[in-house]
Amino acid sequence: MSKDNQILEELTSKDYEHGWSVDMEVDEAATGLNEDIIKWISAKKEEPQWLLEWRLKAFKTWQEMKEPDWANVTYPKIDLQALKYYSAPKKSNKPKSLDEIDPELLQIYERLGISLNEQKKLQGIAVDAVLDSVSVGTTFKHTLSKLGIVFCSFSEAVKEHPELVKKYLGSVVPITDNYYAALNSAVFSDGSFCYIPAGVRCPMELSTYFRINAANTGQFERTLIVAEESSYVSYLEGCTAPQRDENQLHAAVVEIYAAKHAEVKYSTVQNWFPGDKNGKGGIYNFVTKRGICAGDYSKISWTQVETGSAVTWKYPSCILKGDHSIGEFYSVAVTNNYQQADTGTKMIHIGKNTKSRIVSKGISAGKSQNSYRGQVQVMKRATNARNFSQCDSLLMGDRCGAHTFPYIDIQNPTAKVEHEATTSKIGEDQLFYCNQRGIATEDAVALIVNGYAKEVLNQLPMEFAVEAQKLLALTLEGSVG
Amino acid sequence: MLTIKNLHASIEGTPILKGINLEVKPGEVHAIMGPNGSGKSTLASVLAGREEYEVTEGEVSFKGKNLLDLSPEDRAREGVFLAFQYPVEIPGVSSTNFLRTAVNQVREYRGLESLDAVKFLSIMKEKMKLVEIDQKLLSRSLNEGFSGGEKKRNEIFQMAMLEPTLSILDETDSGLDIDALRIVSNGVNQLKTSENATIVVTHYQRLLDYIVPDFVHVLYNGRIVKSGTKELALELEEKGYDWIKEEADAASV
Ligand SMILES: Nc1ncnc2c1ncn2[C@@H]1O[C@H](COP(=O)(O)OP(=O)(O)OP(=O)(O)O)[C@@H](O)[C@H]1O
Ligand SMILES: [Mg+2]
Repeated sequence: MSKDNQILEELTSKDYEHGWSVDMEVDEAATGLNEDIIKWISAKKEEPQWLLEWRLKAFKTWQEMKEPDWANVTYPKIDLQALKYYSAPKKSNKPKSLDEIDPELLQIYERLGISLNEQKKLQGIAVDAVLDSVSVGTTFKHTLSKLGIVFCSFSEAVKEHPELVKKYLGSVVPITDNYYAALNSAVFSDGSFCYIPAGVRCPMELSTYFRINAANTGQFERTLIVAEESSYVSYLEGCTAPQRDENQLHAAVVEIYAAKHAEVKYSTVQNWFPGDKNGKGGIYNFVTKRGICAGDYSKISWTQVETGSAVTWKYPSCILKGDHSIGEFYSVAVTNNYQQADTGTKMIHIGKNTKSRIVSKGISAGKSQNSYRGQVQVMKRATNARNFSQCDSLLMGDRCGAHTFPYIDIQNPTAKVEHEATTSKIGEDQLFYCNQRGIATEDAVALIVNGYAKEVLNQLPMEFAVEAQKLLALTLEGSVG
Repeated sequence: MLTIKNLHASIEGTPILKGINLEVKPGEVHAIMGPNGSGKSTLASVLAGREEYEVTEGEVSFKGKNLLDLSPEDRAREGVFLAFQYPVEIPGVSSTNFLRTAVNQVREYRGLESLDAVKFLSIMKEKMKLVEIDQKLLSRSLNEGFSGGEKKRNEIFQMAMLEPTLSILDETDSGLDIDALRIVSNGVNQLKTSENATIVVTHYQRLLDYIVPDFVHVLYNGRIVKSGTKELALELEEKGYDWIKEEADAASV
């Protein structure tokens, strides 16, 4: 074993920084999954009949589906009947201000460095914090509502804007889409809803912090973003989860709808508990994210920094239906220890003169496996479609793996599709050069990795970019190779 | 300041340095010359703490400390600077950002407070003048796509920023055009004080017209086989290495 691998061995044994949980009383569903549970959830949330029916239909569909097995990941089969499908902090009345919020909750945010108090003051970020399944605090609502922007929890949207929810729910990711999306549709607990009216440019970054805090609770977030004609919104989602011994399932669905000339930027920093250094525990993150550029000249841009989860299965995609519409995917996916990530994107060109850009930066350390899976599809009527894909892999040490699976399907001869891929290792030369200038190895790794991922990090809003850089450094602490 | 005693070092089991002795005092400039493959860069790397090289025998003390006990970064923080013969490229990291990290880590080690962006920039501006380096170059990714000469100039700029006590310049002159050679040498000379010392590794006596050495050593086959004053460099320029090799080979039989 080389010296670098020894260092790697010693130092990757860092424990997860956000690994703790606070005991809280919860109000939860009985264990297992059946029609009664779904009815119970729906009743608990005081949902209208149509939504209950939608859930039940999704449940039926799901029952007939099989768990997908094509991803380059392996994990023990999840016993979905052993999970609980709803849990909410036990506080019957919704708080009106932060003062009314359970101090224990506030403490969690503080320890994560994202206290609402602080966030409220900071640079105009509206925060809709989701703890477990129910929103516990929403700020800046007033400013937003003056512009006609709706930004609230999904449950609230169901109550206050049922016509919007009914119109768009499942319109981008239908219940039949895939196994996890169907499951989510049946049992989704809560999430965020965002509506930007025509012509409105959302004046602040919208952000939501997700966090799992109840053992054995499957998490099924549902997010729906609708951007009407000529509107603009930048939406941020970030999460960290407490350490657990059992694997936790997270199967979220995010749907984005962009009308003519609308632009939606969706950024994620994902840091679910990845499992300990022996590969024990950790979150299973099986997410379906898709946006449709429905109108001409619309644009959807996904940026993700994926550092967490034991197993990640996630392909934020764009359906480029409108002519001249643009889809972008910028991703940094880091895996360490025994993590497995199979992530990428799909760009489906339907409209004329549609463009897509894919920049994927994989970083693998420890004994992890990191796969990029991307599909570029150009349909018959998509004249002059353009795609550029750049897929880079950075390896740290020699026990990890990086894999690239590009799928290209072109049905229109005018299409121009470019694909570039590189694989590199953090060089001893680079590390020594940094050391020789007085930079410690850990900081050198952080510097080199952040440089490597720069093109993606640059896409993030400023304050998120700084957090993301710290997160990358933290995740890779000691992974020299 | 630097005392090297009977230093032996090998790489992957192959001995390269075979008993180096050298004493460098504050304020001195030492030139090390010698044929290709004689071990000049190896000596520089061993002093800087490159882990691939195994020190099999001998001692190195620097400012009274056992240099060989220190990690590469601590050697740098103690004031050892190596201008690389082949500077490394780091994509996506600007020279500015890189240097700021370096300078602040060195300062922290020395118990100084870290420089804020404004202070750092003003020091940078001042040092940029010294080697006439363009700001644009410094905002680009470190050494990526730099010309050979630009890389070398950037090394000396970094040296200016880090203010080392012992600078080892490994063939900094190769790749520099005539004007750049003068500018870079000027920079090195201006950084010279009575407290610090410089070791210049070079093949060309021309550099020594600019950076005038107090001593010239010839490294051959892992040993310093001849030492003298700057006149030795002139002699080498004229006669080449054969006569020294013969002398040395005869002595070692
Ligand atoms: N990994 C290695 N295994 C065996 N020999 C090596 C290895 N690395 C370097 N060497 C040898 O060590 C010797 C000294 O190399 P070094 O780079 O120190 O020479 P130098 O004096 O700097 O030469 P130059 O003037 O060409 O820069 C060379 O013969 C080189 O081939
Ligand atoms: Mg050399």
